[in-house]
Amino acid sequence: MAQENGKRRLAMIASKGTLDWAYPPFILGSAAASMDWEVAIFFTFYGLPLLRKKLDAAVSPVGNPAMPMKMPFGPKAFQKINWPIPNLLTSNLPGFESVATSLMKQTFKNKGVPSIEQLREACVDLEVRMIGCQMTMDVFGFTKEEFIDECEIGGAATFLEYAADADVTLFI
Amino acid sequence: MEAKADKMLDCTGLLCPMPVVKTKKAMNDLEVGQVLEMIATDPGSIPDMEAWAKQTQHELLVAEELDGGKFRFLIRKTH
Repeated sequence: MAQENGKRRLAMIASKGTLDWAYPPFILGSAAASMDWEVAIFFTFYGLPLLRKKLDAAVSPVGNPAMPMKMPFGPKAFQKINWPIPNLLTSNLPGFESVATSLMKQTFKNKGVPSIEQLREACVDLEVRMIGCQMTMDVFGFTKEEFIDECEIGGAATFLEYAADADVTLFI
Repeated sequence: MEAKADKMLDCTGLLCPMPVVKTKKAMNDLEVGQVLEMIATDPGSIPDMEAWAKQTQHELLVAEELDGGKFRFLIRKTH
């Protein structure tokens, strides 16, 4: 199926705001738009802060028991070690989340993975439609001024109306 | 005979989805019929560029692996 203009359409819901889960919607959105697809992302619940002008997405090993714990520096053999850090430590050690966040950011940078900021900018350039959830804004007390200028605000009906004609629909 | 490239794009060191994103942007600067040469190191770039060309309907003339973990693509802008 394709739209009247001949383009395929991708409709995504971004519902998670941690650094790891911030990647899929922006990666898929920029990739699809690069393939000349129409793309819209609906940012709701914990995904909504991904529209804030200043991003501060972090990652937590808590609740992600399979997250690889690897060091982004040192000799290759050292970088390959998957450190067996017990959950008890990752959840109780103060500052562990910021350590895990900076390690993950460094690993991504070393490997050539773009930052969330860069991917979001690519999405803006490629005219990906970004819709912030009005209800979530009201619940968590966000204002439109906190978000990037390129986004719009809408509700469930706005997303569904767009998604009704989508070729691919994803909930992330 | 291989087509001559009108524009070069270096995507070495970049991972998914940046080679595809940068290729799309580079194509915007070409005239129809012109050819883009893109070099990448992303090991997924051959299947990704094949899929990209299929979706955008630009013509993928060359998709090959070079020595040293590099991949080379020639793409003709068709529209």
